[in-house]
Amino acid sequence: MPGLLDRRLIFVTGKGGVGKSTIAMALGLHAARAGRRTIVAELARQDGVRRTFARSGETFEEVEVADGLSTISIDPESAMEEYLRVKTGALGQALGSSRLFQAFAMATPGMRELLSVGKVYELAQFTRHTGGADPYDLVIVDSPAAGHGIGILRTPRTFAEIARVGPIAGTAQRIAATVADPEFTAVVAVCIAEEMPVNETLWLRDQLQADGLALGAVFVNALLPGRFTGEEIGSLRGARGRDGTLADAALAAALSEHARAAAQHEELARLRDGLGAGVAGFELPYLFADTLLEPELRALADALGGLA
Amino acid sequence: MTSGGIGELLAGARVCVCGGSGGVGKTTTAAAIALGMAAEGARVAVVTIDPARRLANALGLDELENEPRRVDPDRLGEGTRGELWAMMLDPKRTFDELIERLAPSAERAEEIKRNRIYRELSSAVSGSQEFTAVAKLHELAREGDFDLLVLDTPPSRNALDFLEAPGRLTSFLEGSALRTLIRPTGIGMRVLGRGASPLLGALRRVTGLDLLGDLSTFFALLGDMTEDFSTRAADVERLLHAPTTEFLLVTAASGPAIEEAIWFRRTLDQTGLQFGGAIVNRVHPDRLAGRAQTGETAQTGETAQTGETARAGDALAQLLPADLAYRVASALTDDQVLARRDGRNLARLTAELGGADGPPIIRVPQLDGDVHDVAGLERVRAFLFASESEREQMIAELAG
Repeated sequence: MPGLLDRRLIFVTGKGGVGKSTIAMALGLHAARAGRRTIVAELARQDGVRRTFARSGETFEEVEVADGLSTISIDPESAMEEYLRVKTGALGQALGSSRLFQAFAMATPGMRELLSVGKVYELAQFTRHTGGADPYDLVIVDSPAAGHGIGILRTPRTFAEIARVGPIAGTAQRIAATVADPEFTAVVAVCIAEEMPVNETLWLRDQLQADGLALGAVFVNALLPGRFTGEEIGSLRGARGRDGTLADAALAAALSEHARAAAQHEELARLRDGLGAGVAGFELPYLFADTLLEPELRALADALGGLA
Repeated sequence: MTSGGIGELLAGARVCVCGGSGGVGKTTTAAAIALGMAAEGARVAVVTIDPARRLANALGLDELENEPRRVDPDRLGEGTRGELWAMMLDPKRTFDELIERLAPSAERAEEIKRNRIYRELSSAVSGSQEFTAVAKLHELAREGDFDLLVLDTPPSRNALDFLEAPGRLTSFLEGSALRTLIRPTGIGMRVLGRGASPLLGALRRVTGLDLLGDLSTFFALLGDMTEDFSTRAADVERLLHAPTTEFLLVTAASGPAIEEAIWFRRTLDQTGLQFGGAIVNRVHPDRLAGRAQTGETAQTGETAQTGETARAGDALAQLLPADLAYRVASALTDDQVLARRDGRNLARLTAELGGADGPPIIRVPQLDGDVHDVAGLERVRAFLFASESEREQMIAELAG
């Protein structure tokens, strides 16, 4: 089995609010620094829902954001337009510009997901279909939250099974085979050490198994530092004066952090138990930072140093 | 900003929708609101989507039921005067029940439920949770005998999904995009529009699916029910726009969550929906609040606070071994980074929402662990229902 970053395609999934996009970007930075031409693909508009807030450059375009690292935001409409243009020539172009056709295609259950994952597949090809585009060594997909994320992975196979003939059926079969190829593709989960995210990670592992896929790795994000031993906590409690002094405020901060770290510790143990030895786990520190911008992403990428 | 808490905000409300992106504590907040309103004497039902197992157990929720069930009063506080009802939404089942209710016969309902397009729609397809959550809300508002319905919304990428997804699914069920292509003729359907035929043929060639066939069957089965979907959609719109319906935004204090909250508010305004206020969870209280100004030097902001944590370290060194004192001081320094971040984000949110004249912003501090029982909900409830000044006091106590 190749190392995680030796695959060409990594789907990063996980519950909302666990830092999935952050980890996807940190992984991307890490891979780019290791010399691999990498792109992070965001399936932001998986539902055709408007983006949370418009950020410039987030279009259906590959934009280089750091040395060797690009990003793209994939929406089904643009993916369809491109697919039809590349695959079906003039007829496709005519279809793509037909509003009726668009409405019909987009109303087809599963079509939006298939188009998005189809674009991901295209990015991961050794020879790109889109005119003159350079191939990537690694495509990292910032997938939708776990439930929808599974949908994205399943759609190609579902389509391949129900579609009878035609270019999409063929493409769907090829995509399904690619997703199922452990040499080529890995699915990883991002998690935080809290009850629901841990449950969802274990659920994801089971769902993937049922589909004949394996969970490649779990990234446990935002782990608080274990600064104190149990004995020290005893001394800190004893030292509290509740007298409004600076020292007391510091003790309160330390005890509160410790309580949260202990709760995390329990959930982390439950996660490890549930996953068993078969799934690699990576632990990432809580970042005490104002914002998550490039320096913080680089710090996380550093923390991924042990990753092959 | 009003001085009261959630109780004042929801006075007279019949429906309270808790929106927000995933992972911000929506389910817990919705349950705590329902608990609090029940404590004040109302008959309240909370509709949750995918609650944490332990919290569901604590409320006595059974996922096999798709109806509100009364939470055993013995589990609640002594002073609870009203009733708390809770349910866990089962999207597939809610969809099936809707079809059973609208179908002209049981046979037709069964046929629809077996249809491939329907099966896709009602389960795998994104949006079915949102659609069924709204359907359930509508059903309970019409038929349930509750003073207040509190709706937790599905864990979506962003808060607007909840508002848009039901509409998308409804318009599919109404077939508005498709009716232009297909028209019912008696039992079956056939393509009438001459212009449409080549399109559909091309679609079949490209997708390899006999979509026309599948969709024709589906819409033939739905028949007149499509009109019921339209009627219901209009009812739901009215319910969501009613003056007795409040949208509360649940968010966390981190930067992206606050940006989304601001954007959500703007969007609600544009759609004419009533923005009741924001609940900001997991706020890190400033343990050194008010100190920066009282320092001997004229330092301000970050420098002053760095100075404060250094002085805290010195003071701790009198009480603890040097190495331990240093680590305790580091914990304060890190804690202060988050407290200052949250303070800035809250100030930005307050300004965006209209400052003192805007809707209320209710802060719930970072608690020391997951909320997974009634006692935990009770803690959250206390913050939500306190007046602004009481809350200030409670947060200061928690921080100190």
